[in-house]
Amino acid sequence: MRRELLVDSKKIQIILHRLANQLIENHLDFENTVLIGLQPRGVYLADRIKSLLEQSYQIENIKFGYLDITFFRDDFRRNDKPLAANQTKIDFLVENKKVVFIDDVLYTGRSIRAALTAIQSFGRPSQIELLTLIDRRFSRSLPIQPDYTGCQVDAINTEKVSVMWKEKDGEDAIYLDEK
Amino acid sequence: MAELSTNHLLGIKYITAADIELIFKTADQFKEVINRPIKKVPSLRDITIANLFFENSTRTKLSFELAEKRLSADVINFTAGSSSVKKGETLIDTVNNILSMKVDMVVMRHPNPGAGILLSKHIKASIVNAGDGAHEHPTQALLDCFSIREKLGDLHGKKIVLVGDILHSRVALSNIFALKKLGAEVKVCGPATLLPKHIGQLGVGVETNLRKALEWCDVANMLRVQNERMNMSFFPSTREYVLQYGLNKKILDSLPKEILVMHPGPINRGVEITSDVADSKQSIILQQVENGVAIRMAVMYLLASKLKHA
Repeated sequence: MRRELLVDSKKIQIILHRLANQLIENHLDFENTVLIGLQPRGVYLADRIKSLLEQSYQIENIKFGYLDITFFRDDFRRNDKPLAANQTKIDFLVENKKVVFIDDVLYTGRSIRAALTAIQSFGRPSQIELLTLIDRRFSRSLPIQPDYTGCQVDAINTEKVSVMWKEKDGEDAIYLDEK
Repeated sequence: MAELSTNHLLGIKYITAADIELIFKTADQFKEVINRPIKKVPSLRDITIANLFFENSTRTKLSFELAEKRLSADVINFTAGSSSVKKGETLIDTVNNILSMKVDMVVMRHPNPGAGILLSKHIKASIVNAGDGAHEHPTQALLDCFSIREKLGDLHGKKIVLVGDILHSRVALSNIFALKKLGAEVKVCGPATLLPKHIGQLGVGVETNLRKALEWCDVANMLRVQNERMNMSFFPSTREYVLQYGLNKKILDSLPKEILVMHPGPINRGVEITSDVADSKQSIILQQVENGVAIRMAVMYLLASKLKHA
């Protein structure tokens, strides 16, 4: 397996600050906005962005949650890989709120399609946006595009984009892995 | 890894401790789902499930049906009383007829022990045992252990006593298997006439004194006297049973520690337990019922994930 470093930890920090500022530009004081990290790996990015907004930009009381989409996937029983669900923690309704989905890699778009259905169990948002760290540009299976992008990567099917986080993997880095 | 080791749920005897942990982890997520504003997930929308109940049931039947509907499955119900079983149709014929209508999973409660096992040898669908005679009731044991785990954490080393009609109780047997697999210590308590002779061989303690059993335990699971399975007299009178083995508030309050009180239902208020115990804050009877839906959703979700898509 070949591994190539795409983005190092310093550049990731810069990207996270830029994304935070883009969010502030559109959502101002986050009064009516809700950030939702998608399980399993979007939650680390979501945690980082929330901390950044709170500590570096003094935005207080951000409504925040985790959404697990396992039961809404469209490949249930079609994969040989078994699926394990993670925690969904949304302690509020999203009725009439602006929702921002946060995920690390946008690939085929099927996770986001599942998230769009799953979030309806918590109310009817007034709008839904997507924030993603990596956009695998030409790999979409569905008409889904991000509103906030960290960086775009062109990768083929046999390649995997892996986002590493210090909290979980010991370092902040984005790698391109040849399978 | 995240897959059951079996294609059916016929009894706790046939599943592993790892299977039970997987069911619990999945049930944790489903418990969150059934507390959302919209309590449905689309996972089983291409699956049809038949509920075959050849014996009476309130809780179990409703619980399974609700679990199936929350998973978006198509559900058909069959009750023996109003069916061709009265005209003499055999079990296998009944089920094969239902399967010809392309049913993927069968949830069955039957008065004969081993009915589910017989069926699994003859039909292709996935089978969930909702109670077979006095043999096993696996989903009840799973939800009982799940409920204890919710309150007391890891079951390893916890002390559970099963009180009452152990001889005729499928809930008792399944609970014994499950609790032992999860590392708990188990005792059974009841009149000697209602304790199976060699029950000790399953690794459980035997106690005929209720007070001693309650002072020992962390959790007391009170079982109903199964009159419908009795063909002779096992104790002089109900009054005598109540005096010796009924749990009331006075006894509960006099114990050295606060124990949890459980009951699989239906409760005979004033027999196994009094109303004030059933409604006390130590009773987790209603949480058992709520957890029952989550556990059954988990079981059917995990069994369905082994049925490959056409």
